Amino acid sequence: MIAAVILLALVHLAILFAGFVAPADPAAQNRDFPFAPPSRLHFIDARGHLHLRPFIYQWTMRPDSFNEYEESHVPEYPVQFLVAGTGYKIAGLFPSHTHLLGVENPAHIFLMGTDNYGRDQFSRILYGGQISVAAGVLATVISLALGSLLGCISGFYGKWIDESAMRLAELFLVLPWLYLLFAVRAFLPLHISPTQTFLLLITVIGMIGWARPARLVRGIVLSAKNQAYVAASRGFGASDVHLMRRHVLPQTYGVLLTQAALLVPQYVLAEVTLSFFGLGLSEPNPSWGGLLATLQQYNVLVSYWWMFAPALALVVVSLGYLSVANAFHERLQSVSS
Amino acid sequence: MKYLRRRLIHGVLLLVGVSVLCFLLSDLAPGSFFDEMKLNPQISSDTIAALRSQYGLDQSLPVRYGRWVKSAFRGEFGYSFAYNSPVRGLLALRARNTLFLTSLATGLAWLIALPLGVWTAGHPGKWVDRISMGGTSLLLSVPELVLVLGLLYVVIRTHTLPVGGMMSTGFEWLSPWGKVWDLAVHLVVPVSTLTLASLPILVRHVRASMIEVLGTPFIQSARAHGIARMRLLFRHALPAAANPLICLFGLSVGGLLSGSLLVEVITGWPGLGPLLLESSMSRDLYVVIGIVMSSTLFMIFGSLLADVMLVLADPRVRVE
Repeated sequence: MIAAVILLALVHLAILFAGFVAPADPAAQNRDFPFAPPSRLHFIDARGHLHLRPFIYQWTMRPDSFNEYEESHVPEYPVQFLVAGTGYKIAGLFPSHTHLLGVENPAHIFLMGTDNYGRDQFSRILYGGQISVAAGVLATVISLALGSLLGCISGFYGKWIDESAMRLAELFLVLPWLYLLFAVRAFLPLHISPTQTFLLLITVIGMIGWARPARLVRGIVLSAKNQAYVAASRGFGASDVHLMRRHVLPQTYGVLLTQAALLVPQYVLAEVTLSFFGLGLSEPNPSWGGLLATLQQYNVLVSYWWMFAPALALVVVSLGYLSVANAFHERLQSVSS
Repeated sequence: MKYLRRRLIHGVLLLVGVSVLCFLLSDLAPGSFFDEMKLNPQISSDTIAALRSQYGLDQSLPVRYGRWVKSAFRGEFGYSFAYNSPVRGLLALRARNTLFLTSLATGLAWLIALPLGVWTAGHPGKWVDRISMGGTSLLLSVPELVLVLGLLYVVIRTHTLPVGGMMSTGFEWLSPWGKVWDLAVHLVVPVSTLTLASLPILVRHVRASMIEVLGTPFIQSARAHGIARMRLLFRHALPAAANPLICLFGLSVGGLLSGSLLVEVITGWPGLGPLLLESSMSRDLYVVIGIVMSSTLFMIFGSLLADVMLVLADPRVRVE
């Protein structure tokens, strides 16, 4: 649990401060280095001397080859920390040009290799996380808000409201979510600005998943509203809104947190899937799905294993969230029993 | 019987609900298939208007829905703009392929999950249990997308299996056994992806509900009577733990269908997935609706199957 939380915190911080952590601009192309493999960190140079500071060699393309690289053993480029580089904005507000690590010009450090335009894969994954992970988190917020609102109302008022809301929830639960997601995306315009696409995506993803939280919240509200203290509060003349906000909703927080930890990786995956198939954000905006989409080309899939790096990021994020969700769930179980 | 009838009616209502939802969503959406044509200067706006009225897109929502229902009863399920043919002809073969893939994966996943779950529940904390718990939590966080790409990578690098599609070129000239073999080798990647992806949840549920049953007094007494361990697990405990698992079977069809969509597109399996992607891109309205409807139909079919099994397995449901 602690390890998972630390891991998640690190990943999210790195994504939030992508400009600082990433050594390069995500859109900067290096046409001389298409599909360059990850830079190798060395400690011992060609003459056999040991360096305490790790260094890299620049890749050079093998003559008469299209994409085979070898290390040129002449100048060593020590990895430096807190170096000046291309400008960026911290959290989109404060301009800065300090990077966590880098090497001197004209060399480039490619921690996870480069793509077909020679763009640094590591930087693109970090910036892509700003889209993919943010989409997951925001869509989760939408889902939970919608779900707890509808669940609370239908549990609290019951009768036909409850009946119709739960029938609707059932409808959303049985539908294969990916089919629904594709269908809804199909009905929306394809050619819109990236910001609009992003907002549309998170709304659509968030709207589709309201049913499960709604049912869970409804269950809790049903049992909570018959508690003696709620009746007492009602007897003292508390309004419905007050009852819900003060006495009923706080009981759902545990379940909502668990749901959040379960939904975020699912929604990150939803965004990744849509972008993978070209229905989400498109080039040049990096998102994990868009980065993975290059793997749809046969030769890329076979030849360049580092193009799988975004998948690793995806797995790490899911693993982190799922273990947190597990811990929450166990905590809830032990509290209730 | 009463129970089954109620479930059947419920399923039909669900189908109606989904179709209404689809039409409402399609009405909310701006633009249509013919919008792309407006960009083409060679097509006059009159032509587009004529096409729109020909396909009935200029009608109001209830009228369009009524027409669609009528054509659904004729077995056509609307008309595809892109293929200029009734939707059913487009869907039938692909739906069959999807159904084939998903039912195979479902069967395989349960075949592995049941014994594994039962065994690990019977021997908690032993090495099989530890490995299965570790494996399932890892598999749980590896999405299908990554799984299928990874499998493809391995398969292509090792040159062991054909990649993509459902059959090799020259399939027609193969002997019957050759055809079966060809189909089987093409099935390996998609089926193993889907099976691996749905396995962790199944194993965990089987294990959890078995552990619950194994703690009950009747198992204690059966054990005290000296009933052999395997017989105890599979003959006494498993039927008692079956109810939630049968419900899970009904629910798992939906997840498998979603996964199948993805896997089909990536491995080029000629199922509903690639068609849905294509029609989503070109906004071929009735094809999209048709595919959503048929996936819903599969789901309902899966849950009805679960209901029938529930009736067969649990006498209490029959009495109610």
